Amino acid sequence: MTIPAGSLLVAQDLRKAYGPTTALDGAEFSIHPGEVVAVMGPSGSGKSTLLHCLAGIVMPDSGSITYAGREVTAMSDAERSALRRSEFGFVFQFGQLVPELTCVENVALPLRLNGSSRKEAERTALAWMERLEVDDLRKKRPGEVSGGQGQRVAVARSLVTNPRVVFADEPTGALDSFNGERVMELLTDAARSANAAVVLVTHEARVAAYSDREIVVRDGRSRDMERVI
Amino acid sequence: MSIGHTLLGLLESGPRHGYDLKRAFDEKFGHDRPLHYGQVYSTMSRLLKNGLVEVDGIEAGGGPERKRYAITEAGITDVARWLATPEKPEPYLQSTLYTKVVLALLTHRDAGDILDTQRSEHLRSMRILTDRKRKGDLADQLICDHALFHLEADLRWLELTAARLDKLREAVTR
Repeated sequence: MTIPAGSLLVAQDLRKAYGPTTALDGAEFSIHPGEVVAVMGPSGSGKSTLLHCLAGIVMPDSGSITYAGREVTAMSDAERSALRRSEFGFVFQFGQLVPELTCVENVALPLRLNGSSRKEAERTALAWMERLEVDDLRKKRPGEVSGGQGQRVAVARSLVTNPRVVFADEPTGALDSFNGERVMELLTDAARSANAAVVLVTHEARVAAYSDREIVVRDGRSRDMERVI
Repeated sequence: MSIGHTLLGLLESGPRHGYDLKRAFDEKFGHDRPLHYGQVYSTMSRLLKNGLVEVDGIEAGGGPERKRYAITEAGITDVARWLATPEKPEPYLQSTLYTKVVLALLTHRDAGDILDTQRSEHLRSMRILTDRKRKGDLADQLICDHALFHLEADLRWLELTAARLDKLREAVTR
């Protein structure tokens, strides 16, 4: 694979097996700052495993992942943890907000974990909630808001630390198409204006249409469609 | 659907008479619209003129002469190019896509590649519409949504076909 110049996150020849099941079989990936790349493919093709490897959550059996010139696979658990907290943001399909905390406390949580004061963290959190049009929910708990609102709160939380890469795994999978599209619009607008890259795992074409390009994962191998055609 | 390319693709497995070509076409693709003999012979004359097929043999019988056609190297290249070129994303193109997928399976090409390339072409159109929708007024949004839903329906069919390629291969090569 030729690594495109200026790439922020690059994976080469990733292989990962869970027991006898091969999840990744030589997958490749690259993304630039501010770029939104959709990772598509059928269920069980390896797209979520690819995302987890890129985000340093799961270690591949072999292959290389380079983030801003640093080899992620050579980092210790603690280093990868610190990288995820400070440089990466995450949005998942379900169950990511802490039910006991209010929405603003949820959004402020990553900043608090990084050592910010409560006041400072919540001020920044509220600015992001305004951006995602959910600032009126600041005192509500996740159980008191709709699915679409909760997902916008989750997007605000993923962006609150000014991450350089946001990993979104089926971020609209639990939403109807109207709310799903609004979440995608807000997520991609906010990420692009902050020059954050977005790795977007989705099986929905209408969601993938918010990306700049897509790669297709099939049987653990990836295909970069932009570089094929 | 391009009848010329479909007939060429059918010839890849070996030379055939015009009548055999019509029968193979009707069996695989002409369920509700069988080809007329006239269409077969006019298409074959054109392919012959363009050097994409050649006459492999002529049988004299009681009736008119029966020509047996064979695909040329230029014909094989032409089929490969047609299969690899995505269709313009527009509603109701599945009959052409279906034909391409079946021909790819029959000629031992990678049908998954055709579907990937087409998905990418559809997504390219969907990105343009999505962008127009984001920047446009409500009328723009509704018009784009209509087109997006149609493209999405094509893509869902495409994903389902991709998931059933092994079964389809078994069925068409039986």
